[in-house]
Amino acid sequence: MIIFKNVSKRYPDGYVALNNIDLAVASGEMVFLTGHSGAGKSTLLKLIAAIERPTSGTITISGQNIAQLKLGAIPYLRRKIGFIFQDHKLLFDRNVFDNVLLPLQISSFDNKTVASRVRAALDKVGLLKKEKAMPIALSGGERQRLCIARAVVHRPNILIADEPTGNLDVEYARDIMAMFTSFNQVGVTVLIATHDASLLEDTQHRILSLKQGKLAV
Amino acid sequence: MIRAWLMQHGFVFFITLKRLISTPVTSLLSIIVMGIALSLPAGIYVLMENLQSISGQTASSPQMSLFLKLDAQKEDIARIKQQLEENPQVVSFQFVPKDVALRQLQQSNGLDDITASLIRNPLPDAFIVHTLKDTAETLEQLRVAMQQWPAIEHVQFDSAWVERLHALLKLGRFVVLMLATLLSIAIIAIMFNTIRLQILTKQDEIEISKLIGATDSFIRRPFLYFGAVQGLAGGVTAWSIIAFTIETINAELIEIVQLYNFDLHLQHLSPEDSISLLLFSAWLGWLGARLSVASHLWQIEPR
Repeated sequence: MIIFKNVSKRYPDGYVALNNIDLAVASGEMVFLTGHSGAGKSTLLKLIAAIERPTSGTITISGQNIAQLKLGAIPYLRRKIGFIFQDHKLLFDRNVFDNVLLPLQISSFDNKTVASRVRAALDKVGLLKKEKAMPIALSGGERQRLCIARAVVHRPNILIADEPTGNLDVEYARDIMAMFTSFNQVGVTVLIATHDASLLEDTQHRILSLKQGKLAV
Repeated sequence: MIRAWLMQHGFVFFITLKRLISTPVTSLLSIIVMGIALSLPAGIYVLMENLQSISGQTASSPQMSLFLKLDAQKEDIARIKQQLEENPQVVSFQFVPKDVALRQLQQSNGLDDITASLIRNPLPDAFIVHTLKDTAETLEQLRVAMQQWPAIEHVQFDSAWVERLHALLKLGRFVVLMLATLLSIAIIAIMFNTIRLQILTKQDEIEISKLIGATDSFIRRPFLYFGAVQGLAGGVTAWSIIAFTIETINAELIEIVQLYNFDLHLQHLSPEDSISLLLFSAWLGWLGARLSVASHLWQIEPR
């Protein structure tokens, strides 16, 4: 499903974030990506959504080479992916419902089904009762869940989460991990980057660890 | 699929109106500025159209009046007739005997007192001559030549003022074109800046939308709609300013018209010209927005 071949990413200032990465994630798999901050986790995830471009190598998603994707095709790639950003990237000028609505507006879903889809997504993350609340009034954990609802509302094949439990206490973090597991159980490919070792103690899933831009096995 | 697309456009239109209303003072000010800017060239154009139609009511071919000497005889008249018939530059002519001229004068309003007091007819016989359309110099040469004919007292080039008016109208059209060009650029600049400010305040929304799969046209759309709608509103304002001005002038004209007893009132823009004005103003707004979006969107492109 997701295949990296000899992928390197060097930033204009000369910093090498990823160095010759080879990896394959099967369809429907759930994979953790660990490593210290600055190890290249975020970069790797951003390459998948074509938010950044590799300096060399090929990235294939469902047979499509992302590294050579035309600018006009990138939006359609991103619609297949649900991305949970490290800094949430919520819109503070609109309520919870409208935040989750945004991906559906973008991919022009029929108006009749959008409201029920938004509510279904909010229900999955337990925010149904807060649909009218503004993001500023939400707690850190709630914002994280709102972010997840927005990432899954358009039913993507791939779910990518960058430090989804970043500043949350253990209990919240376990809740969120349980959500990802349930998405994975219905067939969504899930990639989670985290430096939180406690999350990985009892996991059955594959763990990839990045060290200074290289995969350590 | 088409339905969804239409609904999305309808939704964007709704959002646009909401944005316009959410900043009423700013929107109103921009619309008024655009309206005034557009009303200048469009107003002068209306004035010219009216002048054109007034001058169009007069003879379309150049006209001269040949006044005969008071003591001209029948033979003189016959000879002049013949000369006019033979002249290739003369299209048609009409003989106005002095009796007829006097009767016409008596029928003219306000002058019957004066004509009644006349002891004898002071008017000469005259010819009204229509010539081929030609340059002013050639016509002047013809006038001088006719002046030399025997029994001719005076030749007057009646439609000279029409020529001058046409020359003025030509100049007027140039002025309208210049004004329209300059003020169009001003309107585009106003819209460019308005949209720039909007993009800056919507930076988060644009960035996030792009990150979750919005196409450039999706991002552009609300701004383009905004430009077009505000441009259209500016056009409507300009149209209303002109309408109001014409109404006011016509109300003033009625008094003058009643004094002189002839029909004169200004016409507003024709339906075709009105639609052109509205479409053009909407297009200007759209263009300003399009340029602004093109030059500012890449600045917030996720890298």
